[in-house]
Amino acid sequence: MNAIKKARNATTVFTRSWANFVIKYKWPVLLATLILALGLGSQGSMEFDGDYHVFFSKSNPELEAFDALQEKYTKDDNVIIVLSPSNGNLFTKENLIAIEELTAEAWNTPYSSRVDALTNFQHTSADGDDLYVDDLSYESSLKTDAEILEIKEKALKEPLLVNRILNEAGSVTAINITVRLPGEDINEIPGEVTPFVRNMISDFKEKHPNFKVHTSGLIPMNTAFFESSMKDMALTMIMLIIVIITTFILTRNIWSTLATLVVVMFSIMSAIGFVGIMDIKMTPPSAVFPTMILTLAVADSIHILVTMLQKMRKDGLNKVEALKESMRLNFMPVFITSLTTVIGFLTMNFGDVPPFWDLGNITAFGMTMAFLYSTTALPALMAILPVKSKAKKETTVVRKNWYTGLGNYVVKQPVRLTIISVLVIGGLTYLATKNTFNDEFVNYFDETVQFRTDTDYIKDNLTGIYNIEYSVGSGESGGINNPEYLKHLNAFEDWLNGQPEVIHVNAFSEVARRVNRSMHGDDESFYRIPDSRDEAAQYLLLYELSLPFGLDLNNQINVDKSETRVTVTIENVSSAEMIAFSKKGEEWLRNNTPEAMHTMGVSPTLMFSKLGFRQADSMLKGNIIALILISLVLMLALKNFKLGLLSIIPNVTPVLVGFGIWALYKAQINTGMVIVFGMTLGIIVDDTVHFMSKFLRARRELGYDAKQAVVYAFETVGKALVTTTIVLLAGFAVLSTSSFALNSYMARITVIIILAALIIDFVLLPSLLILTSRKEAVVAKNTEKAQIAFDK
Amino acid sequence: MKKIVFALAALITFGIHAQSPEARGLKIAKAAEQADLGFKSSTVNLEMTLKNKNGQTSQRSLTTKTLELTEDGDKSLIVFNSPKDVKGTSTLTFTHKVGSDDQWLFLPSIKRVKRISSNNKSGPFVGSEFAYEDLSSQEVEKYKYKFIEEKGSLLTVEQDPVDPKSGYTRRLVTYNKDKGYRLEKIEFYDRKNALLKTLIYSNYKVYKNKFWRASRFVMTNHQSKKETILEFSDYNFDVNLTDEDFTQVALKRS
Repeated sequence: MNAIKKARNATTVFTRSWANFVIKYKWPVLLATLILALGLGSQGSMEFDGDYHVFFSKSNPELEAFDALQEKYTKDDNVIIVLSPSNGNLFTKENLIAIEELTAEAWNTPYSSRVDALTNFQHTSADGDDLYVDDLSYESSLKTDAEILEIKEKALKEPLLVNRILNEAGSVTAINITVRLPGEDINEIPGEVTPFVRNMISDFKEKHPNFKVHTSGLIPMNTAFFESSMKDMALTMIMLIIVIITTFILTRNIWSTLATLVVVMFSIMSAIGFVGIMDIKMTPPSAVFPTMILTLAVADSIHILVTMLQKMRKDGLNKVEALKESMRLNFMPVFITSLTTVIGFLTMNFGDVPPFWDLGNITAFGMTMAFLYSTTALPALMAILPVKSKAKKETTVVRKNWYTGLGNYVVKQPVRLTIISVLVIGGLTYLATKNTFNDEFVNYFDETVQFRTDTDYIKDNLTGIYNIEYSVGSGESGGINNPEYLKHLNAFEDWLNGQPEVIHVNAFSEVARRVNRSMHGDDESFYRIPDSRDEAAQYLLLYELSLPFGLDLNNQINVDKSETRVTVTIENVSSAEMIAFSKKGEEWLRNNTPEAMHTMGVSPTLMFSKLGFRQADSMLKGNIIALILISLVLMLALKNFKLGLLSIIPNVTPVLVGFGIWALYKAQINTGMVIVFGMTLGIIVDDTVHFMSKFLRARRELGYDAKQAVVYAFETVGKALVTTTIVLLAGFAVLSTSSFALNSYMARITVIIILAALIIDFVLLPSLLILTSRKEAVVAKNTEKAQIAFDK
Repeated sequence: MKKIVFALAALITFGIHAQSPEARGLKIAKAAEQADLGFKSSTVNLEMTLKNKNGQTSQRSLTTKTLELTEDGDKSLIVFNSPKDVKGTSTLTFTHKVGSDDQWLFLPSIKRVKRISSNNKSGPFVGSEFAYEDLSSQEVEKYKYKFIEEKGSLLTVEQDPVDPKSGYTRRLVTYNKDKGYRLEKIEFYDRKNALLKTLIYSNYKVYKNKFWRASRFVMTNHQSKKETILEFSDYNFDVNLTDEDFTQVALKRS
């Protein structure tokens, strides 16, 4: 008892002297915080990184495997420009000229190393012992109709073109620009490649209005990531306006609104400074941090300001007294809720997705600073500003009645409400298990993003966007020319082509067959693997001699000639199907080929497919730690072990409810949603804490029974909980308009969870408090009498 | 007297300036061709090392025979000695001053000669950073010239390929005028006029008191970070090869 009392006294003394100090030295304090915020802000820098690699941690095994593959072969990024002439036939003189022109212009793309198009495809034909290698359509303006018809026939028979550069109907074609970025400057893509390509396309469209043009590929994807980061950051302005309006409505005071604005701006400036000091590059998930900080930080100020104004309006205290009183009452609650929020965001570091580490750390830092500014700059400013009070009681009385009514309704039927809640939560929890992970990265962007719609067009009309690569080894240097190896590779290629989801397969066995046929005067019966190793090796040398500018064997064959890569283009399938397909391929190799040929499927698509699972696995530990830590904080804050344990129920169930409702809404979850447990836990715990602390105060200080205490809690914090929930909902609703699904899904489910948390805190929590208190009455002796730190 | 000196100086300066950079460039290229004229024929062994950006290497060894022709471009015959599975594979190339080159390939595994018709000069030579157009004989007619600068004995000339199928917009070629106009360095600019490759010649030896031959070519690709090193050895200018040694029959024999 004494120890607790001492501690309580100590905190009271501390908060009092803090408040006195801040108010006494209001100018120096304000100046100091201003200097701190400006100092941090001056270190700030905002650089955006659109590289998809940022989503993978260094130790991510899929990334390691993919990087290893890229080390062996040429590493390239690309832009795919897809052309669809309005007449539905590419093979007219006019259209071929247009394609040739755009191809020639595409060679000027910064950092480009190769441009592949229908017209410059290296077509090989044999006439006896003469081999002809030539562009499929060179100087198209000189071609006759008969020649153009011949070109069409050749093209539509070419396995390297059809479903890759050309559709089967001959009405849609692609120009693939291979780009080799030095990777020295973050501005290479957004500042150089993308503007060039966009200009080139708009010029082309102007000159050839009969073509529809769509673009996709890794470079446009990178640009889409980059641009959606910037767009999401712009949401900050909308949120800022909402903050101003909400604060004004809740406080009905222009000075308070101004002070709140100063606090949130200081917090964001500091966070931007943190970004600069830590050298964090903005990505779509982390670019939402200003909105997050705004949403969460405003609650601190509102608590302090509302109490202060209440003390002035209702209790008739003068400004300084009201301010001191508000500081004394709110210091600990604001500290505890900030602490839990910081813990929640820091748990993102347990995950496997670096942009979320950044989001967690920046927001955690911003929230820490928000706490600091709310308890320094805010009271200092309020002490300086000419705040006046006007008594307005009517509205609050009306509200109070409403919350009291709700409290009375709940206490009448705790058992019934508990049963209903358990049934609803149980049902939704069951539904929650029906969600499946899906991280199709194209679908990260909604239909307002051109990258998405263009990519969908390409998927529907030409080829697939998703691929898997297998680097198939032969086990010996130069072993790729071994006919045994080639036969197995050929069988793998055939097997892949037989799979329903496969659109195109690019394998070295096709090259071996093709050259063999060319070496036998284009005799179709020789479209097979060469008979001997020397033959295969010498054909390969010949093939190597015929490669055009910008292409070498290294695209497909490693330097040692011991491995080749098989690239499989597949339809847009879900993450789970993608993983299953990759496994199926690996298994086929294990069952049908010698050991050296066994390998793992890798690709960016596959990396994203596994990202959600990996994130969920790694976040599990973080979530458990968050739950334990936050429950501990609660137990300490409430100074009650049992209620601390009980609080786990209203803190965990909203997430289950959220995912249950999500199963009815989308049923597909992505990597961005994995983090919501830890994050929302830190946020929604505030409701529980406020409610429980009032309940305890009524029991301990006022001697109410459980039912009366519940009604008291409704009366005192009902409104506060609703208003903070509204602010949070507004913030996450703003984020849910993001065009980037990792953000919008995360925000949408957070909206559901926060709303569910409020309902659970108003229905299930009070019912449970009443039910558990009945038993407790028997051992009432143990009930602590000390006033809790949380009290207002 | 002073006036005359000034007038002379002005005249000389004017005289130099009067020669356009184009004319001077062409003159240098012709001088280089002239300096190397008359070697008639040669054989040389060649070790080719390909290095990728991670330092992984692969090797090939070849023997090259060259026959000098003045009316038209040179003829050359290349025989692969290693790796083992391509040993004996050989190519015969007739360079032409105008138009595309002729090329034949002999594959010992099927014992046949194949004629390859391709105007694909810009493609890489057997996976190296050298394109055909870098290795084939440097006929004056293949470029337009522009003199750039003179630094000591080094003359730099810009050369713009005439062939629209060339992979380059221009090359910056550095000659050493004191050493028989031997080549010291070539910088290659790709179609978008970005620096693509640099070729450095080193370990020069002079044969027959006239013909400068570098023993080492290092070609660095700045964009792919790959490198190809050519090491030449056993130059022989006394082989007295004739047209007979550069036929399809000879190709089979080699």
